[in-house]
Amino acid sequence: MNPNLFNMEDADVAWCPGCGNFSILSSLKSALYDLKIDPKELVLVSGIGQAAKLPHYLKSNVFNGLHGRSLSPATGIKASNPELTVIDVSGDGCMYGEGGNHFIHTIRRNPNITNLVHNNMVYGLTKGQASPTSQKNFVTPVQVDGVFEEPFNPISTAIALNCSFVARAFSGDVEKTTEIIKEAIKHKGYALVDIFQPCVTFNKVNTYQWFKENTYYLEESYQPHDQVQAFKRALESDKYPLGIFYINNSRRTFEESLELYQDNQTPLYKRKLDISKLEKLIDSKRDF
Amino acid sequence: MSKISQVFTGDISIVLGGEAGQGIQTVENILVKAVKNSGYHVFSTKEYMSRVRGGVNSTLIRASSSPVRSYVDQIDILVALSEDAVDHLKSRLSTDTLIIAADGIIKEEYKQIFNVIEIPLMEIATQIGGPIFSNIIAAGFISKILNIPTEIFDKCITAMFKRKGEKILKKDIQAGKRGYQLAETFLGENNLRLDIGKNEEIKDHILINGTEAIGMGCIAAECKFMSAYPMTPSSPLQLFIAQNADDFEIIFEQSEDEIAALNMALGASYTGVRSITATSGSGFALMEEAVGLSGMIEVPVVIYLAQRPGPAVGLPTRTAQEDLNLALYSGTGETPRAIFAPGTMEDAFQVTWKAFNLADKYQIPVFILSDQYFADTYYNIPSINIKDVIIEKNIVKTNKNYKRYKFTENGISPRGIPGFGEGMVVVDSDEHDEEGHITEDLEIRNQMVDKRLKKLKYMKKEALKPELIGEDDYQILLIGWGSTFGPISEALEKMGNKKIAFLNYKQVYPLHEDTRGYLEKADRTVIFENNATSQFSNLIKLETGFEIDTKILKYNGMPFSVEEVIHNMHSIEGGV
Repeated sequence: MNPNLFNMEDADVAWCPGCGNFSILSSLKSALYDLKIDPKELVLVSGIGQAAKLPHYLKSNVFNGLHGRSLSPATGIKASNPELTVIDVSGDGCMYGEGGNHFIHTIRRNPNITNLVHNNMVYGLTKGQASPTSQKNFVTPVQVDGVFEEPFNPISTAIALNCSFVARAFSGDVEKTTEIIKEAIKHKGYALVDIFQPCVTFNKVNTYQWFKENTYYLEESYQPHDQVQAFKRALESDKYPLGIFYINNSRRTFEESLELYQDNQTPLYKRKLDISKLEKLIDSKRDF
Repeated sequence: MSKISQVFTGDISIVLGGEAGQGIQTVENILVKAVKNSGYHVFSTKEYMSRVRGGVNSTLIRASSSPVRSYVDQIDILVALSEDAVDHLKSRLSTDTLIIAADGIIKEEYKQIFNVIEIPLMEIATQIGGPIFSNIIAAGFISKILNIPTEIFDKCITAMFKRKGEKILKKDIQAGKRGYQLAETFLGENNLRLDIGKNEEIKDHILINGTEAIGMGCIAAECKFMSAYPMTPSSPLQLFIAQNADDFEIIFEQSEDEIAALNMALGASYTGVRSITATSGSGFALMEEAVGLSGMIEVPVVIYLAQRPGPAVGLPTRTAQEDLNLALYSGTGETPRAIFAPGTMEDAFQVTWKAFNLADKYQIPVFILSDQYFADTYYNIPSINIKDVIIEKNIVKTNKNYKRYKFTENGISPRGIPGFGEGMVVVDSDEHDEEGHITEDLEIRNQMVDKRLKKLKYMKKEALKPELIGEDDYQILLIGWGSTFGPISEALEKMGNKKIAFLNYKQVYPLHEDTRGYLEKADRTVIFENNATSQFSNLIKLETGFEIDTKILKYNGMPFSVEEVIHNMHSIEGGV
């Protein structure tokens, strides 16, 4: 495989120079290359926002849908054709704000998909409003007196819901982010990777430097299989831990739970109607 | 009480009235099958309140020597299981109506007006094992009056209760027998005659409701994915698909909300799987954004929209044709869609499988508009025609240079799916170029809008022709769409006036191009709709410039009755 396989030379990239999205794109490409994923078998799904444009800059099949809704088509795609690798990429506004309900229920449903959430604690595309993860007192052109809401904590929320894979990465560390993304893709079940990233244009508080100073990696000895322990670590905010918080390998995926895949892995588009069964169903309406 | 003397010729209408939880639905299920399997044509429909216990619900069952497909006001026999049933239904009772009721529940004043037969339902039910059996006693009573052989009745009882175990089944059989005995005594003392011909062939007919006809259409079309959120009156289709999902390799997923439902269905469809969602009223309002998405990314989907009265929550369990505009104008921007509205079981099956073909061919959202009345209405038909079903998915294997939105003569780009071929399948809700990637090139923007709208021109050419019932040289033309088919067609037959014809639309958008011609030929045009603003006549005017003369609109949540259609035709200016 050619490492440039995923490049889109002609793409007119809409990100600001220095944007954390570039590093995430680069990490994702490396992860896909390392895992030998064929672009033809890969579907990137996204919503709306600057992060959600990523699929246009990486050679793959793409479903760039509506704001906040990407997890729903991603679930439908994976369920209908489990042979595809499905990665949902969107931002903190898309996933935790507009799509909050889908976020919760996708964790419950546990489709075998990877969810990369670019978390820069601000709305970029709409020019600088607060996001669900903006920190308290963050002043914006509309939150003029500063944000007073409690910031949304995706990590603790996901762990509380017994999400089957929960991790946090920092875009500034391409190598480690690549490794975390690889683990997430390899994981069987819904895998959340919340990725801290600086917004160089609209977030002057949570900068590259700020993230460097306010994060650290979970210690090597940390075992991500204890839900209560993971939840505790997820609440830390003096400094934010990075790495894989929680893995639960005992949960069945959505696809595995579907009756039609019990003895047959064929994607649905290849399956035909059994006319005799329909005739039987119609006939059943003749009797008592 | 004086002796009752009555003859029912050709057709009888029986209404069961009682509280939610009294088992009216069970009686309906038993009786419709018993009636059909005795060789009568049968029809049934229900009206009910949005509650689990109490209130008053009723079910109409018609048995006839000729096909019956409509709600009627007339009640020949009312089986009243609760005190309030008579109050609730009194506007439909006449001095000829026979009321069969449990002992002591009928008010004295009603006994003066109507023929009331009190039977000791509760007492016998208690002897058998509890009040729960009273509905089966009543079913047995009616069954005897309808001259249904006991073995057929018992088979229906067995089919209904065998899963509850031998002990309960035995008691239900016994309850039915007691009902028969009570009716025998009653018939011995009175002069009641049923003159309704039976036909052996009907025993071999199928008995289905509108929901099942549409559900079978989905299965026949090879639909393999339904995501939906429960909402009356669309829930029965969700139930039907869910219960048949394992047999037919269908994924049924109850989503967290309607927004997820349609977005999930679009995800499935993107992989080449035929998918559908089912919803009603406000539930569909939540889906609107994704209708625009379907149009923009040109991923086909079928939306079953079972209407009920709005706005907002409205009357959850009642019927309406109020969401035509909602479907027609749903979603942002301008994008083609097609809307079907079947009025018969046969049409429901047919338009459903056709809806999937149309959706796939034009890569658009296609609606099947139904309503509570149609969804819950049962009648017998000879069979369902699966021989004619054609499945045309129009999916291509992609090559390396595949472009999802390639410009073509008719606006339809070859449809590739991910993982099938060498190409990348890129779909985008932003305006996009031929490859599917986001663009703000305004020239491409214009070309893309034109490409998407061009499809509508071709869809118009293959719109289903409205069905004309009656003579070609009509003077008065009745117009209806969807579920009004039953009452209008039966009224037409009853009026027997050769000057009047009925134009029935099963596809309401795009309109068939002959529409204006049909309307102009009439001296007078009359439309019947279950809404307050005549949404379909407004659409006809918008599309053809033709203003329909008379609009008969009903929006109290009940369907039109045959009598109501006739009455309206008599009272319009010039009378007919």
